[in-house]
Amino acid sequence: MKWFKFVKVALQSILKNRMRSLLTMLGVIIGVGSVISLMALGQGSQADITTQVSSMGTNLIMVHSSSGRTGGVSHGSGSLATITMDDVDELREKAATLAAVSPSVRVSGQVIAGNANWNTSVEGVSPQYLSIRNYEMASGTFFTERDVKIRAKVAVLGQTVVDNLFGDKNPIGARIRFRNVPFKVIGVLAEKGQSSMGNDQDDVILTPSTTALYRLSDGKTVRVILASAVSEDTVDAAKEEITAILRKTHKLHANEEDDFSLRSQTEIIDMASKVTGTLTVLLSAIAGVSLLVGGIGIMNIMLVSVTERTREIGIRMAVGARGSDILAQFLVEAIILSLIGGLFGIILGLGLAFGLGEVLGCSVKTDLSVIVMAVAFTAVVGVFFGFYPARKAASLHPIEALRYE
Amino acid sequence: METILLKDAKKIFSLGGEKVHALDGVSLSILSGEFVAIMGTSGSGKSTLMNIFGCLDTLTEGEYHLEGVNVSGMDKARLADVRNQRIGFVFQGFNLLPRTTALENVQLPLFYSRKRKGDNPKKRAAEALERVGLGNRMDHEPNQLSGGQQQRVAIARALVNDPAIILADEPTGNLDSKTTLDVLNLFRELNLQGITIVIVTHEPEVGQHAQRVITMRDGRIIEDHLNGKALHPGGRVGGASLPNISGPREAIS
Repeated sequence: MKWFKFVKVALQSILKNRMRSLLTMLGVIIGVGSVISLMALGQGSQADITTQVSSMGTNLIMVHSSSGRTGGVSHGSGSLATITMDDVDELREKAATLAAVSPSVRVSGQVIAGNANWNTSVEGVSPQYLSIRNYEMASGTFFTERDVKIRAKVAVLGQTVVDNLFGDKNPIGARIRFRNVPFKVIGVLAEKGQSSMGNDQDDVILTPSTTALYRLSDGKTVRVILASAVSEDTVDAAKEEITAILRKTHKLHANEEDDFSLRSQTEIIDMASKVTGTLTVLLSAIAGVSLLVGGIGIMNIMLVSVTERTREIGIRMAVGARGSDILAQFLVEAIILSLIGGLFGIILGLGLAFGLGEVLGCSVKTDLSVIVMAVAFTAVVGVFFGFYPARKAASLHPIEALRYE
Repeated sequence: METILLKDAKKIFSLGGEKVHALDGVSLSILSGEFVAIMGTSGSGKSTLMNIFGCLDTLTEGEYHLEGVNVSGMDKARLADVRNQRIGFVFQGFNLLPRTTALENVQLPLFYSRKRKGDNPKKRAAEALERVGLGNRMDHEPNQLSGGQQQRVAIARALVNDPAIILADEPTGNLDSKTTLDVLNLFRELNLQGITIVIVTHEPEVGQHAQRVITMRDGRIIEDHLNGKALHPGGRVGGASLPNISGPREAIS
């Protein structure tokens, strides 16, 4: 009951000095606002990255040629063509934990269709590639194992390539030429957008792996093997199995390093969310500093208020207010000031986050726990920065307070 | 019964290393129902005496009993409770809360009351305002009231908790002579209703309205008389302390 009365008195005092109260709260408003909006944007982009990476297939494992060594000199990653089509066959036959395996042979160059041309890359893959990378067909068909066997000159185009070569025309059945090799377009991939690394996943021409390897490339170099584990949970087991199989086919001794490297999408997700998580925490900490400054603003105004109301404090003491009553009154006022500021800050922060999310095109994720934390933090700021002025008020001597002009 | 009993009270302030005896061994008793004026020039110790009576300050030496309770050893919080329950203050500068209605001002002591009383504070505040003749000004704020009216609000505030004593420090210092008379008459009326009143003043005309006048100088009582009948200085009022109200009544008419 008593606290309720203190709240009432505090609200009256805040409302009597509206402008000053608003300016006092401004620091907290900006502090809470920026913490909330940064957290919302940070968590939103974290979620964005996760979905983007997942769109490549969460079960995906990539096997790269590793840094080879010649005479003790270490070459860069992928510098040696240690991965071959034999590895692909081996994995396909022996690995029980893998659902699908596809090589990727990539050749860059100019693709020509009629009088249009476009610089892109041809990727030679196996039919399973579609399921491994979560691609869908927009129209036409994908090539088959038979096409792979006969090194068929067929191609499936990504939407970006279609746009640049054919515009609005239907590309199915059309002829394109790449490095003087003619291809027949048999299908178009459904649009997929940018990958987590920012490259256009639709700027691609898919052909059978053998076609790319023997008709366009050197017949040896497999850039990467893409494999998908049976499920997300078996990714680690699959990686172990791949390592075991490849070490055996590459005839590596126990003391030799792997001449290939594995990377799974889950690792990439973990890494990316770690980076954005760190950034979010860092930015929020900076925003938290402004909250601290806001708290100091409250302390400043409360000190002024105590001085200004010295006589009032004296009157209250004369009619029987204890020091603790005065302390409570000013403390409640500081807490209410900072809580109202926090409330406005939450509104501002959410508005800012959704506004910026709209403008920048990134998603916004609000968490109730963040809001609850912000409210709790502002209350703590109120108590912390309100305590000193409140104690100063409570320790005034009634006679001196009454005499104060 | 003795409302106030002071035994060899001393109050010593240190001002820049120099010790000032604001009260230099004052013994005094004031009985319930008395109307006392304390007079003296500035620096005579009368304000200090008032602060001691009002539990706003504590003695350096000696004892102060309020209604038979020794207040001298109490801590700040308990002194605040004593002020709240047993003492009503009236100040020279009114000391009302600005931008706060008369009714709310009068309710202020009830706000800090730790005794749960059945009836509602608003009603009690309204009754107190009616008692001082301001029943029709309850919703006015101090700046909408005249000086005399403000002092009446302050008196209502002093009355609202049924105190043992009302202490008035130069209550008419800021008022013109007509309003002064009004306020003094109000005090007398309240005194006739049985409330003990102590006024500090330096104006002899105001002092004349009291039944008993105590004069101070240099921290000591130099004169203590009832209606012109002098008692021995510095001493307690002896057997002749029954309130004589005929004098004041004459002063009203």
